[in-house]
Amino acid sequence: MLNKTLHISTSPHIVKGNSTQVIMKNVVYALIPAALFSVFTFGLSALLVLGTAVASCLITEYALCKVSGRKVTTSDYSAVITGLLLGMTLPPAFPLWMVACGGFIAIGLGKFVFGGLGYNVFNPALVGRAVLQAAFPVAITTWTDALSADRFTSIPSSVLALPFMEPVYDITSGATPLSAFKFDHHITPSFDLAFGMIGGSLGETSSFLILAGGVYLMVRKMANWKITASILTSVIVLSGALHLFNAELYPSPLFMLFSGGLMLGACFMATDMVGSPLTTKGIIVYGAFIGILVVVIRIWGGLPEGVMYAILLGNALSPQLDQWLKPRVYGTSKKKKS
Amino acid sequence: MKMLNIHKDTFKHGVHPPEYKEETNHLPIRQFDFAPVLIIPMAQHIGSPSEIVVREGQEVERGQLLAKSTGYVSVPIHAPAAGIIRKIANVPTISGKMSPGIFLEVFPFSGQEVAEGMPLDLETASADEILKGIQDAGIVGLGGAAFPTHVKLKVPDDKNCEVLLINGIECEPYLTTDHRVMLEQTEDVIHGIKYLMKATGAPKAIIGIEANKMDAAEHLERHIPKDLPIEVKVVPVKYPQGAEKMLITSIMGVEVPSGGLPIDVGAVVVNVATAAEIGRLLPHGWGIQERVVTITGPGVKNKGNYLIPMGTPLRYVLDQVGISDNISEVYMGGPMMGMAVSNLDISIVKGTSGILVFNDEDVVSRNEEHPCIKCGACVEACPLSLNPSRMGLMAKFKAYDRMAEEQNLLDCFECGSCSFVCPSYIPLVQYFRLSKSIVRKRKSAKQHA
Repeated sequence: MLNKTLHISTSPHIVKGNSTQVIMKNVVYALIPAALFSVFTFGLSALLVLGTAVASCLITEYALCKVSGRKVTTSDYSAVITGLLLGMTLPPAFPLWMVACGGFIAIGLGKFVFGGLGYNVFNPALVGRAVLQAAFPVAITTWTDALSADRFTSIPSSVLALPFMEPVYDITSGATPLSAFKFDHHITPSFDLAFGMIGGSLGETSSFLILAGGVYLMVRKMANWKITASILTSVIVLSGALHLFNAELYPSPLFMLFSGGLMLGACFMATDMVGSPLTTKGIIVYGAFIGILVVVIRIWGGLPEGVMYAILLGNALSPQLDQWLKPRVYGTSKKKKS
Repeated sequence: MKMLNIHKDTFKHGVHPPEYKEETNHLPIRQFDFAPVLIIPMAQHIGSPSEIVVREGQEVERGQLLAKSTGYVSVPIHAPAAGIIRKIANVPTISGKMSPGIFLEVFPFSGQEVAEGMPLDLETASADEILKGIQDAGIVGLGGAAFPTHVKLKVPDDKNCEVLLINGIECEPYLTTDHRVMLEQTEDVIHGIKYLMKATGAPKAIIGIEANKMDAAEHLERHIPKDLPIEVKVVPVKYPQGAEKMLITSIMGVEVPSGGLPIDVGAVVVNVATAAEIGRLLPHGWGIQERVVTITGPGVKNKGNYLIPMGTPLRYVLDQVGISDNISEVYMGGPMMGMAVSNLDISIVKGTSGILVFNDEDVVSRNEEHPCIKCGACVEACPLSLNPSRMGLMAKFKAYDRMAEEQNLLDCFECGSCSFVCPSYIPLVQYFRLSKSIVRKRKSAKQHA
């Protein structure tokens, strides 16, 4: 009876559960409601943009793994998340060939050159989006109206533009709520903002569904609620103070919260574990830094939206935050040994 | 009877593994039969191994000295049973190393009376005599570390022991030996504490118990004479509270300095089963012959707490309790820090607190190690506020010396909380064990150069 070969492993012999793969899978689940809603508001073009973004990220990941002779890591869901997030930051009528460029850059430049999952400094989706914004400034700020009547029957011609050709837009809408505020000083009602009945990037429109997805992850302890809380609190405090100071000039905190990519950024991008600090203190500072930058860029910067740059700068800062705010090791004095 | 309050203070971080204690914590300690042949290794404790003083073919009484201590950090070994020395040869141990050992064939029809030794009277013995008595009884830390108890009780001349902490935390999942000892060997525990207080000069003693053993805490509270300065403190359940440093912080609210010992903050910590053994053996001058072991896990048929003679072969133990057909791994100790057994011919020794048997389906499959995603779970788990994520990365790049200098690697006591929470299944604590031994080797090489 006791002749079986025993296995040997190192302690601990029990683990808590929730593998990296399960966490990643759940991030995808949490993004799906907001993604579906963008298909509802923007129709077929949204489906094409999101699909292209995910596909281009997966193909890039697969190809780069093969070329560099590494184990293929497409099954860890991280490329799917990058694709979804990238797609959700793009305008509905964005040309698909540009989307594919973005996916390639997000995975290649955002993740792979750093050494793959876990080693990237910046959020890959935002790297992709930043390069697209620099390369195609017109396309990325050309918006179409939400809920147009023919959205499920026709595809805007710009979406299918040939590579390296200037896209032709059928219909363009005036502005997103943020640019309306920035350039025309028009404030969109908060209810429309929260539920997404507005123009804007695909996944940024329904703050409510994004927040719901974020809360799902936080409740399952797969995203750190402290990051989101710290960002949103600092946005509310800073914009609230400005609003109290001069309500004419500065929009209300509610408008700030529900417009643009803040919710998506605060719930899904800034909370990306790889780019955020490890320590609680670091996380709070990181969140506050991003929140303050968002308000500063939106109000005083040259661009209507600042979430992307705020998070990228936060990513750049986070390794330093871990160094500066290193917790005191048990049994050592506060001051560093000489 | 006054109700015991749960002490609020605790150490930072820590984890909450599932406890699995309900399978054995209600089962009284049962005496285990003698195996036909006991295999007794000389390397059972930390320090230098004992030196054999018997010869092959010699008949020994139960409790007779088999091997003497070989220095200060060493203890003797006594015969766990009356019998005849069949063979003296190298025997396997849990670490994989061979150790000199004794094969003792047990007399089947002996009454197994324990030979009387030199009794040590609590009233008349001096502190040093008690320390000597503890060493002569072969007593080591029974919580699992097997460090010679008398060494740790010796208070340096320039320090004072202000409090004797009795460790009844038993924070490892599955294990319930200390729990049963507190319930069933209460008088021994109290008597042992008296010896220990005298040996250390501690004016008071505190027994630390986790809140999942309220019955033991209340039982002790009822039985401790009111005139003794012994207090029972119940602390919230959290792993690794049974580690000396964590227990001191939970109960006394102070931190042991990095690289220091409990006595640096005026404390001496002794495991509760060790205290019970001292209280039972010293009045008779006996040596330690057996210990309580929790045998449990999904692969065990008759789970329970057993009083097992030292040297009982593991194979015999598993045969007696019965195991399932599809066993996969056997551990000695708890699931968080215990070691996987590679050879069933090793024996129960002084440091064996538990035996766990896992079936194929219970074993964690760690085939797939994912990259670290910097989730920070390990940082939130480490009771010492180290940064396991960063150290794991440094270990991969073989930056061992920097780990020690910049990240306090040598403070790590390998509780395994970081590996337990890691979603990428990175064997962090294993990296740190290796890194620590490499750093230590380099240091000693430097000293000798």
